Order: sequence, then C-alpha cells, then structure tokens
Amino acid sequence: MTQRKLGRGVAIVGAGMSKFGAFPDKTSRDLFVEAFKEMRASIDKGFDPEIIETLYLGNYSSDLFEKQGHTAPIMADAVGLTPRPATRVEDACASGGVALRLGVLAVASGMYDVVLVGGVERMTKLPTAEVTDTLGSAGDTLYETPAGFTFPGFYAAMATAYMHRYGMTPEHLMSVAIKNHANGALNPKAQFGVSIPDWMEQRVQAALKKGKPAPTWKSISDFLHDDAANPMIAYPLRLFDCSPITDGAACLLLVAAERAREFTDQPIHIIGVGQASDAALHYRADLTTLRAARVAVQDAYAMAGVTARDIRIAEVHDCFTIAEVIATEDMEFFAPGTGFKMAQEGVTARDGAKPINTSGGLKSKGHPVGASGVAQTIEIWKQMRGEAGARQVKGDIPLALTHNVGGTGQTAVVHIYERKG
Amino acid sequence: MTEIAFTTAAFNQFLAEHKLMASRCVECGALALPPRAICVACHGDRLEWVEMVGKGKLAAFTWIYVGPTFMNAEGFSRTNPYCTGIVELDEGVKISARLLGVDPKNPGAIKIGTPMTVEFLERGAGEEKRTFLAFRAE
Repeated sequence: MTQRKLGRGVAIVGAGMSKFGAFPDKTSRDLFVEAFKEMRASIDKGFDPEIIETLYLGNYSSDLFEKQGHTAPIMADAVGLTPRPATRVEDACASGGVALRLGVLAVASGMYDVVLVGGVERMTKLPTAEVTDTLGSAGDTLYETPAGFTFPGFYAAMATAYMHRYGMTPEHLMSVAIKNHANGALNPKAQFGVSIPDWMEQRVQAALKKGKPAPTWKSISDFLHDDAANPMIAYPLRLFDCSPITDGAACLLLVAAERAREFTDQPIHIIGVGQASDAALHYRADLTTLRAARVAVQDAYAMAGVTARDIRIAEVHDCFTIAEVIATEDMEFFAPGTGFKMAQEGVTARDGAKPINTSGGLKSKGHPVGASGVAQTIEIWKQMRGEAGARQVKGDIPLALTHNVGGTGQTAVVHIYERKG
Repeated sequence: MTEIAFTTAAFNQFLAEHKLMASRCVECGALALPPRAICVACHGDRLEWVEMVGKGKLAAFTWIYVGPTFMNAEGFSRTNPYCTGIVELDEGVKISARLLGVDPKNPGAIKIGTPMTVEFLERGAGEEKRTFLAFRAE
C-alpha cells in the first residue's frame, strides 16, 4: 500500500449547521444560509467571508428531491461567493464526506488557503415512495433495483447475513437505536432529539389527550417490538432501526494549518484522510463488512500514524442500526462479530470506553444525505473543543474519527482529527 | 457466443429466454455475474457467455414492507411485503433476485444457506413485458 501524505497541514477553524428536521417552507438555499451563518459566527477571532477562495458542496440529489440541478453555484451565490469556483460533489450519502476530502486536498495542494466545505439536502418535499426510489438509485439500478431492493433493504440483507454468521438478534440492533436517541436528546439540532423512553411517554400523553386508549408498553423492548409503534420497514429493520428523511445543511471552514491561529486558538487539525470504492453488494465476497470502509480507514490511519486504539470518539455512518455495528468493526475498534455486543454492553455509550455517535448519529440527529458527512465533523469539532454542552464527553479528546458511507458501501470516506496543544 | 456484447440489454434478453448468463474471462477464467465487459480480476477484455445451472443457496435476504413505486404498482405494500435477497450460485458467483416460496407470516424463519432454484418471472404485457430474475426456496 502506498503511504500517502498531505502536502501541508489542514485545519478546521469554523463549523456550523442548520437545525435538522422536516421544514416545508425551507429550500436548500435557506438551509445552507442558516448553516453558513452559524459557521461564520463560530470563528473565534472573526473573519471576512471575502477571503474564502472556493466551495466544495456535498449534495446527493437536489435534482430528484427538489427538481433543481447545478446546486453548487446556487449555494455559492446565496452566501455571496460568486465568481469563485463552486463544485458539487456526489457520492450518494458520502457526498458531504467526500466534499470535505476534496477541500482538504485543495488546501493541502497549496492551491488554496481558505476553503468552504458544505453539504445540503432537502428531502421531505417528496412523497416517501419517491424518496425510497431516489435513495434506492444509489444502488445499482440495472441489477439490484429489479430485484426490488430498497435502501433499507440492502442493509437489512446485510443484517440477515450478519445475524446468521455471528448470532446477533434484532434486540442487539435496538440497543444502538436506544443509545443514539439518548445522545440525540441532548443535541438541540437533532430532528428526533428525544430519548426512546420520552418518546413512549409522549405517545401515551398524546393518546390520553385525544381521549384514546393509551398504549400499555411495559418496557422499551415492548415498545420496540410493537408493530404499530415501530413498524417493520425491511425485515429485520424496523422504523427505529432506520435514519429519518431529513432537511438540513452543514458548513466547515478549512484553512492552511499555518494560518489557523488567525482564526482561532482552538483549531482542529485533519491529519488523516482515506477514501475507497466498491462494487454492488452481490459482487462482494463478504456481506458482513464494508470493504471500502476498511480500505479507507487503513489509508487514514497510515497517513495519521495512529491506530484504532488511539481514537477517543467517533461519528460513524449509522444510516441503519446494523450499519453502526458494522462500522465499529470496520474502523477496527472491535473485532469482527463483536460490535453488537459492545453496543449492548454500553462500550459505545457516551460514558463508555469508545463513545460512538455522541451527536445522536444519523439515526436521531437526522440524515439529510449530502449534509451528513459534513455534520459528523461538526460534532467532532464541538466535542474536541469542549463545546458539546450536555452531551460533552468527559476527559480529553486528542484524536477523533469520522466515517461516512455512500450507498451500500460503494463509497467510504474516513477522516482523522487531532487537537494540537 | 462471443459475438453478443456484454451489456445489460443482452443479459435481460437472455432472461427473457429463461437463461441466467454470466461472463467468463477467456484470459484468467474468472466468472462475473452480473456479466462484465472487462474482467475485474485481470483487466482482460476477451470474455465469453456462460449459462448458469440456476442452483445455489441463500446468502442474504430481507422482507420489504416499504417498497419502491414499481413494486407498489405490482400490489406490494406494508400489509403485503415481498422477499428479496442475494443468492450464491453453485458456480461461486452471487446475484440479487426476488425470492419465492417463503412465508411472509414468518419472516424470521428463512435460513441463510437454504437451497434455491432459479425462476423467471414475467411481468407486464406487450412493449412493457419484462422478465425478472427470481429464486425459489427448495
């Protein structure tokens, strides 16, 4: 394997995101402006947006979601950046992470000192069936779609292969959803920022208010097995195993590391990047791991000169609960076939040995697909700077990681972050 | 049969003739299903069509309760889910396909490794007619 390195250091000096949720009255540009404004306000020493030199924008499918193509110059214009180069990046749900990678490469190359990285997706305008079609088109429309595969279906199929091989049950997957909702309940930007027990209580109160018979769940498990409250989407995945359909945007400001102190005394450095691709699911030898994620993380670890053990926290691509289990193994945090036990035993909880998705993850925070990869980095930025509020992980966070996946793992991109000094 | 190009159209035409066809690299012998025009094992571009026997075992599956529009149009829904998955053929290659002969009332009863046999599903009529790949649990 070629040992790759960045041409020079790259640092994040600003980060902001819109509220994630379903916003009938907000277009992509409204969401992007919201994220940009928060990013701008986050820069400790202030800055003039005039110094931004270029934009990389992650966006999966504004064409299908909003009937609007050519999204990058529109977003650049909305925040006053034309005539600077504006480039849209599309790698399905990894669009945001890949936009970040291109921003890193642009700074590392020496061509630019100040780069805006963004991600945006407005998904809720389309009816659910058409969202299902649009997301499904991240798979292979010639050979997978005719079999009736949907996006949840792909990950559900991986889950059945994993369950068969390692003895995992759907109950193990529920522990991932319970954890991520508990984290998301502490994130004011989250779409479903409510813990599952609180969600259950809200349902009971809503029923009582309407004078209807209140549900009588005896436990969280009882609720999660209720076909009415938590319907099956793609066996074995139920509603609470799936990330929601979301509108949202996120922005980061990257600068050459040598200039970082002009903007903040607490920059976050990106010291490792890795990206890989893979074929459609049926071509792969092993359905219980994402080869692209393994290749990407190995490249990122090698570049950063660190190992999985050194990573304090990570945001991983939990588009489905099974995806988080597989991700924690692919990132080499846990051995193959043990990720689900770690989730159940609380190792990945906020106060566990390896906190995963302290933001609530895609599951609870929401998954505006093109923005998700960028928003993952925002959580890392906040945690490493000690600005994560009620969900702040205790202790020092010198190293962290993000893992962003496109499609069924045909794209994977990993970044490693360091807080220096 | 090397005169037939290694395209999706050709693969679908074979399906219409009730044949499941893979490509085999003349250089290194690697099989590819779905067929490929360039061998990903050795990058060779001399290939030949090979018919699969149509027997295999189940590698992964799911029951889809929330389907895409074209499956909804076939009458599937939250109360009438369909089964789909990936089958590993005896020849060693895998393919996505609809799964038949399985019980929607007991989705968890299906076992990975179940022997499967190919079937060809005809859907639509006239210009819209299309053959879909399926496998039936034995």
